Amino acid sequence: MILTILSVILIVSGLVFFFGAAVGLMRFPDFYSRMHAAGKGDTLSTLLVISGFALYQIRGIHDLSHDWPALLIVLKLLAIVVFIYLTSPTSTSALADAGWEDGIDPVIEPGRENHLEEDCRGKKSPPAHNPEPS
Amino acid sequence: MTFEHFAIGVGIVVLLLMIPAMLRIVNGPTALDRIVAVNVIGTKTAVLLVVIGVVFKQVGMFVDFALAYALLNFTGSIAAARYLHRAAQRGGDAPSGEEAG
Repeated sequence: MILTILSVILIVSGLVFFFGAAVGLMRFPDFYSRMHAAGKGDTLSTLLVISGFALYQIRGIHDLSHDWPALLIVLKLLAIVVFIYLTSPTSTSALADAGWEDGIDPVIEPGRENHLEEDCRGKKSPPAHNPEPS
Repeated sequence: MTFEHFAIGVGIVVLLLMIPAMLRIVNGPTALDRIVAVNVIGTKTAVLLVVIGVVFKQVGMFVDFALAYALLNFTGSIAAARYLHRAAQRGGDAPSGEEAG
């Protein structure tokens, strides 16, 4: 019973974080801020929801000699959690790097200069054209 | 209200919250916006497969599908990122020596 309540709490909080990710993906003005919302909210909500279902599956384990399929299911769910915990930030970082090298400009506050532009972009490859004035 | 009903509700909420990501796919300004939204939808599809397994009481089968789906999603996302990275570095003129690492 207590495991069911805990898993419901975890799943509902995961859905709340996924709602935040969806709203951020819809309404943020910029590629990088959208990627920020999508990356963090998506990773955390997936971790919470799948951990909730793994916690619910623990309920079926009473005797390990008979219930080892249930233990295997719990371990597979935790494997999904660990895999997404490792890979989702990696793919987010790779996509942000690709966007930066692709020339997507961030939205910056008017009156501020984009110092990153002359510092970072074009370090990995020789700059083919002058960066457009911000 | 059993846990299966709750799981059905969770699946419906996840499916409804995929709609903003789908809109971002439809009218994303750049290609990378679309790839990010596809990544979000792919991760949520892994969650949805676990939910389907709980609803039909066959978690042992569907959890393998979810694991494979998460792996394919990561591979596709990394491949698209690498492709656009290389394309951006190759797209500039001036074939001046240094290859992209």
